Amino acid sequence: MTTTPVTLAPPRRLVDVTIDGREVRVPEGSTIMEACEAMGTDVPTLCYGDTLAPRNACRVCVVEVEGARTLAPACSRAVEEGMAVATDSERVRHSRKMVLELLGSSVDLSTTPKVDEWNERYGARPDRFGPRADPAPLGERDARHAGTHEVGDGSVAATVEQPAKVDNDLYVRDYGKCIMCYKCVDACGEQWQNSFAIGIAGRGFDARVSTEHDVALPDSACVYCGNCIEVCPTGALSFATEFDMRAEGTWDEERQTQTTTVCTYCGVGCNVTLHVQDNEIVKVTSPHDNPVTHGNLCIKGRFGFQHVQQRRRD
Amino acid sequence: MTGDVDLHFLDAVPTDAEKAAVDTVLGPPESGWDGGERQSADLRFAAGGHAARGRRDLLLPALHAVNDRIGWISQAALDYICRRLTVPPAEAYGVASFYAMFALHQRPRRVVHVCTDIACAARGSDRLCADLTERLGAPGTERQDLTWHESPCLGMCERAPAALAIEAGDPPAYAVAAPATAEALMPSPAAEGSPNGHRPATTFSPAPLPGSAPEPPEAAAVPQAGDPGLVLLRRIGTVDPQSLDDYRAHGGYAALREALRLGPSGVIREVSDSGLVGRGGAAFPTGRKWEGTARRPETPRYLVCNADESEPGTFKDRVLMEGDPFSVIEAMTIAGYANGATTGYLYIRGEYPRALSRLENAIARARARGLLGTDILGSGFDFDIEIRRGAGAYICGEETAIFNSIEGLRGEPRTKPPFPVERGLFDQPTAVNNVETLVNVLPIMLMGGPAYARIGTGSSTGPKLFCVSGSVRRPGVYEVPFGATLRELLELAGGAGTGDTPRQPRAVLLGGAAGGFVRGDELDIPLTFEGARDAGATLGSGVVLVLDDSVDLAAILVRIAAFFRDESCGQCVPCRVGTVRQEEALRRLQLGSGPRRTDLALLREVGAAMRDASICGLGQTAWNAVESAIDRLGVFGAEKETLKEVR
Repeated sequence: MTTTPVTLAPPRRLVDVTIDGREVRVPEGSTIMEACEAMGTDVPTLCYGDTLAPRNACRVCVVEVEGARTLAPACSRAVEEGMAVATDSERVRHSRKMVLELLGSSVDLSTTPKVDEWNERYGARPDRFGPRADPAPLGERDARHAGTHEVGDGSVAATVEQPAKVDNDLYVRDYGKCIMCYKCVDACGEQWQNSFAIGIAGRGFDARVSTEHDVALPDSACVYCGNCIEVCPTGALSFATEFDMRAEGTWDEERQTQTTTVCTYCGVGCNVTLHVQDNEIVKVTSPHDNPVTHGNLCIKGRFGFQHVQQRRRD
Repeated sequence: MTGDVDLHFLDAVPTDAEKAAVDTVLGPPESGWDGGERQSADLRFAAGGHAARGRRDLLLPALHAVNDRIGWISQAALDYICRRLTVPPAEAYGVASFYAMFALHQRPRRVVHVCTDIACAARGSDRLCADLTERLGAPGTERQDLTWHESPCLGMCERAPAALAIEAGDPPAYAVAAPATAEALMPSPAAEGSPNGHRPATTFSPAPLPGSAPEPPEAAAVPQAGDPGLVLLRRIGTVDPQSLDDYRAHGGYAALREALRLGPSGVIREVSDSGLVGRGGAAFPTGRKWEGTARRPETPRYLVCNADESEPGTFKDRVLMEGDPFSVIEAMTIAGYANGATTGYLYIRGEYPRALSRLENAIARARARGLLGTDILGSGFDFDIEIRRGAGAYICGEETAIFNSIEGLRGEPRTKPPFPVERGLFDQPTAVNNVETLVNVLPIMLMGGPAYARIGTGSSTGPKLFCVSGSVRRPGVYEVPFGATLRELLELAGGAGTGDTPRQPRAVLLGGAAGGFVRGDELDIPLTFEGARDAGATLGSGVVLVLDDSVDLAAILVRIAAFFRDESCGQCVPCRVGTVRQEEALRRLQLGSGPRRTDLALLREVGAAMRDASICGLGQTAWNAVESAIDRLGVFGAEKETLKEVR
């Protein structure tokens, strides 16, 4: 038997860090979040994506690094030798609570996994900023000019809510549920798809994910790969099937099965995970740990499943 | 960017004027591949890759060119810029919509920015706005010939209330009305455009908008002008800011000669010995920053001069740039030499047309005399300066957001670490310094670091500029050695009051919107970094804004909160939403419409999270002034009982 040499990265030095008083050794360059994972410490996160470079925008993963003036994002801060980290101190719990409250009071988090559990863990009460303002009419938020806003009287809590954008048959952009994690933009842009159909537009509270001049998706550079849907943490981006079924009240994940198989369209051999409810494919995802595609698909793998369901001639 | 990019453009056709505006910045297109007329020869080769995308940093200048000439940026104009620079339209739209000075819908050519920020609010901007509303309609109303809107601090606080009118054209023209009256801001017959083919040396027309009064001389902002004891301000009002000869006749470029004699490490040693710390607000030791940058093995290294002075109440850098522009250029050259940089970027805020014109002139003249360019003064050192103009975004003064803005990205701060000394502009080691900090390097070169360190106190060395405005009788930029007390500074400025009427100061805002208030009876605070810190305050960028009893403090706090809401980049949750919740709670407190104790507690909780968990200094300091007003000034009543009852 011949041996095949395997090219490995040079071994990484191990560094000692203390997390919540317990010592752990992790490879140099690991993030605090990875160190926490290694010891089984749960760190909540919304904007972190396992297939994307961390943006550390949501700040729900912040931890207290001993000696630092401010809290650090666990998802992107690299560990250093001798670093002492607290993941459940008073300051950490307070900031996490506030981030959950600030998001919960301004964004529709009804389809964001785990939020209820975290709200309970940190005692977050998003409703304490007052009644929610009425949703903006479609297009109003997109027309806002940077650096100016109407000062209200404080009687209602401003939100980002607005009607969903339905401008194509395949997927829906419901930006009232958008927490501005930047993941869809990064997946569409240079980190994966290189389509650059969407970017972040505007500034501050009026910042939003947008095509150029807010044109409809069919007029944009979108290629409908759906890789943005794959990484969206809140359900702001969803298959039209899921969006419609939720609206009808028929969406039921309990009744869904997931089957991972190989896409039949071309020779790349991407893995597709078919989400099936009542013998109909309702959504397609792709495993993020696939070494070739890392959860990315093209329009065919993502949306080209209708022919499977055309057996009925009714 | 990775991979080959096949960009999708809209098929809108730019007008000739839009094309010409872009081409003045980028030069004419070379082929159909970069936005030119498509020729059959273009089909025989492909242009793309890094070379095509390597000019992304010209996106902001190109957007300015169109906005300056046309008054707004149409879909077709943006599309043409994108083709020229190989930038995805969605990204360019994201950049253009980030800046307050760019319009993405058609609007009148003349835009009047009326400052309603703290210093102007303390001097009657509300009456000015009411007057304008009566004559022109509500802010944002678009008439045939002009539109006006309320603006954050314009950096003309010594002449509050201030207004700036910019009229698009070729070249664009501007006028400053300060102190502004509605009469002065009324539209007047349009100016004739400049003769065809004439490329002005400066971006803005040297002639002010017709009908407007000429701007007062630079020295009007420096009540001490002409005082022989001045160090940083000594040339203001005594030299012609347009003349390199006059600058040299008054000691100009002696510091650069000395620096070239000392060598780069000698310069850094003197700067370290001087104890100079950054004057932009963070007070980081300049010598340590330069050492860190100069030591990096990576090249090229860059120097960035942060002239995006936007902290409400700050105007010292404007006065330096307008009154002594060559000193900024000389100091940048020395800094470039010390840090081993061959290119320096001077990022100036978009609302400073006169300072921009002065610097453009100074750079052109220095270049013509070989004081910029190759082999400066026969030393073998090459250095040149590029000006980049901001477009109405306070956040771009943050030391990493400024890099993104220069690079043609949205002006969002980056995560630190890595710090700029390791990875700054274009991901290369970069020294980024404030204008006043750099200008301090000139006396350090001339008198030597140790002698400079003897000015001021042990840990706050050198002379310091303070921007004194609000309710003081002689507002302006004052230079005092560190160690003077707040009272002494106010006495220098004629005491609190307006005109001939002395008044009791009720509160003084130190350090700007990101700083904090002290009471009118705390005037013995020494104006040093340690003195301010011990008093629980900060010097920040040198703002000393005096408020008397005639000012509605609650309204000032709401204005500060609105400022931070407007200027948050929107990247991180604590700041993006926290600044909104802060404004809402302050409005309820101002109107007395909510439960007072609950709202005060809410402010504290939101403030603590902004301070602890925001990415950058904007969010981290967005609650400072409000907190100090509640704690020190007791704006919303006694607080002792509140916390206990809420918890």
